[in-house]
Amino acid sequence: MNTKQVAVTTKADWTSDQEVRWCPGCGDYGILLAVQQLMPDLGVAPENTVFVSGIGCSSRFPYYMNTYGMHSIHGRAPAIATGVATARPDLDVWVITGDGDGLSIGGNHLIHALRRNVNLNILLFNNRIYGLTKGQYSPTSEVGKVTKSTPMGSVDPPFNPLSVALGAEASFVARTHDLDRKHMQDTFRAAHAHKGASFVEIYQNCNVFNDGQFNDVTKKNVREEMMINLVHGEPILFGADRQRGVMQGRDGFLKLVEVADVGLDQILVHDEANSHPSLAFALARLNSDDASPTPFGVFRNVDRPEYSQAVSEQLMAASEQKGPGDLEALLASNGTWEV
Amino acid sequence: MTDTIDRVLDHLVVRFAGDSGDGMQLTGDRFTSVSASFGNDLSTLPDFPAEIRAPAGTVNGVSAFQVNIADHEITTPGDEPNVLVAMNPAALKADLHRLEIGGTLIVNEDAFGERDLDKAGYVDDDGQPVNPLDGDDLNGYRVLKVPMTSLTKQVCEPLGVKARDAERSKNFFALGLVSWMYTRPVEPTEAWIDEKFAKNEKVAAANKAAFHAGFNFGETTEAVGHRYEVHPAKLPSGTYTSITGNTALSWGLVAAGQLAKLPITLGSYPITPASDILHELSKQKHFGIRTVQAEDEIAAVGVALGASFAGHLGVTTTSGPGVALKSETISLAVAIELPMLIIDIQRGGPSTGLPTKTEASDLNLALYGRHGESPLPVVASYSPAHCFHAAIEAARIALKYRTPVILLSDGYLANGSEPWKLPDVASLPDISVPFTTEPNHVTADGTREFWPYLRDEETLARPWAIPGTPDLMHRVGGLEKKDGTGNIDYTPENHQLMTEIREAKVAAVAADIPPTEVGGDPDADVLVLGWGSTWAAIDAAVQRRRRAGLKVAKAHITHLSPLPPDLGDLLRRYKRVVLPELNRGQLAHHLRGTFLIDITSVSKVQGLPFKTREIEDAIDTAIAEAGALS
Repeated sequence: MNTKQVAVTTKADWTSDQEVRWCPGCGDYGILLAVQQLMPDLGVAPENTVFVSGIGCSSRFPYYMNTYGMHSIHGRAPAIATGVATARPDLDVWVITGDGDGLSIGGNHLIHALRRNVNLNILLFNNRIYGLTKGQYSPTSEVGKVTKSTPMGSVDPPFNPLSVALGAEASFVARTHDLDRKHMQDTFRAAHAHKGASFVEIYQNCNVFNDGQFNDVTKKNVREEMMINLVHGEPILFGADRQRGVMQGRDGFLKLVEVADVGLDQILVHDEANSHPSLAFALARLNSDDASPTPFGVFRNVDRPEYSQAVSEQLMAASEQKGPGDLEALLASNGTWEV
Repeated sequence: MTDTIDRVLDHLVVRFAGDSGDGMQLTGDRFTSVSASFGNDLSTLPDFPAEIRAPAGTVNGVSAFQVNIADHEITTPGDEPNVLVAMNPAALKADLHRLEIGGTLIVNEDAFGERDLDKAGYVDDDGQPVNPLDGDDLNGYRVLKVPMTSLTKQVCEPLGVKARDAERSKNFFALGLVSWMYTRPVEPTEAWIDEKFAKNEKVAAANKAAFHAGFNFGETTEAVGHRYEVHPAKLPSGTYTSITGNTALSWGLVAAGQLAKLPITLGSYPITPASDILHELSKQKHFGIRTVQAEDEIAAVGVALGASFAGHLGVTTTSGPGVALKSETISLAVAIELPMLIIDIQRGGPSTGLPTKTEASDLNLALYGRHGESPLPVVASYSPAHCFHAAIEAARIALKYRTPVILLSDGYLANGSEPWKLPDVASLPDISVPFTTEPNHVTADGTREFWPYLRDEETLARPWAIPGTPDLMHRVGGLEKKDGTGNIDYTPENHQLMTEIREAKVAAVAADIPPTEVGGDPDADVLVLGWGSTWAAIDAAVQRRRRAGLKVAKAHITHLSPLPPDLGDLLRRYKRVVLPELNRGQLAHHLRGTFLIDITSVSKVQGLPFKTREIEDAIDTAIAEAGALS
C-alpha cells in the first residue's frame, strides 16, 4: 500500500520476550542485534513485518523478533515467503536462511525467488558448516574440509553464494559480515530499500563447529588489506593507504593491482546499477580463496519488475476488463439450457 | 434416398476412438455438448494415452471418448458401447472388444492400408498385413465401412483446402454421420465451428463441409439404415450446464473464496490430471484469485501456506506424486494450525504409474501419509458436479477448524462430464470466519496479550491473526508449542497434550457431518458402501439389482476423516458390507481397523472406473453369502 506511514519505534519494540538460545559467542547474536537496532531506522511497523525462516541455527531468528514470523521447514522459506509476499504486497517480508538451508536443501526455492524477483529481503548466514546437526560440511565448505561426515576431507567443490544469486538473475546482491555492525546495517538498509528480491550473504562465524573460518579476511587486524569495500560510483580501492585496487585487464578479467603501477584512472569504478551482471559476477569470483582480498558491499542493485506487484496489476487489469467477479455469471459461462 | 424409420432408444453409448491426433476428444465433446443441450442425461469417459503424440497409428496412441446419453437419469458412461467409431486399425484393435455383441461398428476404411495394418499389429505369422475388415473378426457386429478420409478430401477440394489439411477434418465427418444416425441437432455444432475457428475461415469451412458430408452420407446411403432417437430425460426443472469435475472443482474454489469473503492464492505445479484447475483459476483473476505456478510441488504448497499465514485461503492442486512431495509442508500446516486446501486429483500409481488413467489409491496417503501424529480432515467428491460442493465443504472445514484439508477427486471425475443443475448461488453457505483483531489474554498484572494457541472451546480452533494487525505479532513454527501461549515447549506432558488436542480438533469436525443417507432397501442384508467416483457405478448397479427383484442398500460417504459419526452403527446393521474401491481395499482396511467389522472389498486397479456389471456381480455374491448365513 502506498499510504504507509513512518512508524516511530525503538529497538525494544522489535525485540520479542523469548530467550535467545544460540551458543554463547555465536556470530548470529551480532546479526540479530544489527537487525533489531536497524528496524526503527527503516520507519516501518512491526505488525507490517514478517520474518520467515527455514531450519538451522540461523532459522531460529524469527522467534527473537517481535514481528509476525514463521519458523518453517528446511529449505522452504523462500517459497513460503513468496506466498506471503504475493498475497500481501503491503508487507515487509524477510527471509532468514543459512548455507545448508538456502543452498543445499532449499537451493531450488532460493534461485526461483530471485528469478521471480519477489519483494523479499533474503539474509543468508554463511558459516560454511552444518551447526544444528553438529558439524557436517556444507555446500559452501571448501574442498578437503574434515568434518564428522568427511573424516578424510570433503571431495565436493563448494558453491559461491553470490555467483549462484547472480546466475539466478538476482536484482540485488550483497555481502557483509558479522563483525561489523555498521556495515551490516548499511547493507540491510540498502536491501530493504530495493524493490524486488534482495540477496545478502553474511559471513558468519560458528565458534563451535567452524571457528575462525573467515578470520583471514574479516578480523580487525587484517581487514584493511583483505576486505575490498565496494562503493557505488567510486574506484574499487583497498589497503591501509588505499594503495591497491581492482582493474579490468584487456582480456576482460579483473585483477588486483598496485595503484602506483597502473594509475588511478585505470582502476575500475564500481557500478552496482550496471544492467549487465558480468562485472558483478567477476567481482563475486575475485577472491579465489579465503586468504585473498575479498569484496564486500553491494555487488548489484538494478531495477526489474517485482513479482507480487506484477501479479496484483494483472488482478486489477482483469477486474477492469471483466468487472468484479460474479459467481452466477461464472457458473453459466460454458453455456446453459433450461429443463 | 431411403425411407428411414426413426426408432426410439432409452439410452445410447457411443465410443469415438482414433489416433491421438485424430481429434477424438473434441469429437466426443461436441457430441456430448449437443446431447446435453438437447436435454439428455449423460455421463462421459475420456480415455487417452499419457503420451502427447504416441507413434501415429499404433495401439499405444489410441485416444477414445465414450459417452452415454439417456432419456432417464444415469450416472455411468456405460459398460459397453452400442456404437464404436474406429478411425484407424489401431483403434479397432484397442476397442473392438468393448463393443456390445450386435453393436454398430463404424470404421474409416481409408485408414486400413497395409502400413496402417502393420503399425496396428494386424499381421499374420509371416508378418504380412491382414485386414480385419475382410475376415470373420467382425461377424456379429453391424459394420459400416465408410471412406471418411477420401470423402472429406473431396468436399474440401472446391474450398481450396490442401489435401493434407482437409484430412484433419475427417473427425467432423464422423461426427456428422453419427449425428445423423442418432438425430442430433446440427445447428449448435455449426455455430460452435464458426466460433472456435473464427480466426481461420478455411479451417472452419473445411470442418463444416466435412460435418455436412458425414450427415448427408447417413441420409443418402442405404447402408446406414435406420435413424434412432434418444428423447430428452425428465430431469428436475432448472438451468443446466455440462460440467467436468475439474471445472466444477475450480468453480467450487471460486465460490469458496466468495462465501468465505477471502481472496484465494493458488500455488500449483503442472501435473496430470490436475493442471486444468490451475488453468481455470488462472482465468478468474477478477475474482481476486492469485495463481502462482511454482518451481516445484513443494514450493506450490509453500506458497499456499504462506498465503494462508498472510490471511488468504491458500490452495494447492496436484496428484498423488505431488502430495508425496508436499507431505512435509502439510505436516507444518497441521502444526501451525492454519487453513489450507490440498487437492489431489488421483491417478494410477505408484510413481508416474498411469498418469492419464483413474485410480483412487491415494486414500492411505491422505489419511496417513505424513510424519509424526498429523491428523487432518479428508473430503472426497463423488461426481463431476459434486466436485463444486466438495470444494466448498473442504474450505468450510479448513476455515472453521484452522486446519489443512485434503480433498480427493480422481482422473475419471476430473475429465468426465455430466449435466449439472446450477445451484441457487444465494443458497450456498456462508463459510466466513473472523480474523482475531484484539489481544485475547490478560496477565496477572493486567497486561493484555495475544496467545496464538488459546483455542475456541467448541471447535478447538486457534485464533487466526494476520500480519498487519497491531499488537498481535506472534511467531508460529514447526517446533512443538506450549498450549495457549504458543511458545516453544518440549516438555513431555505438553507434547502429549498438544498431540491429543490436534487429534481432538480433527475429530470435532464429525459434529458437522450430516447423517449418512441410506438408499435402496435400508432393510436389506447387504449394503454397498462407497466413496469417491465409484458412486456412479454403485448407483447404477443397485438400481439394476433392485429392478431384478433383489434387496440391497447403498450408502456413499464424502467425509473420510473424520468418518461420519453414525457409520459404525450403520455398517453393523448389515450381514454383508460390500465396498468397491479403485484401489486394493484401502477404505475397507481402514474401516476394519476402526470398527472391528468385516468388509467385503471389491477392488479394481485397471485405470478405468468400475463397470456396473462388476458391482452387480459383487452384490449377487454377497446376497448369496448373506442368505447362506441365515
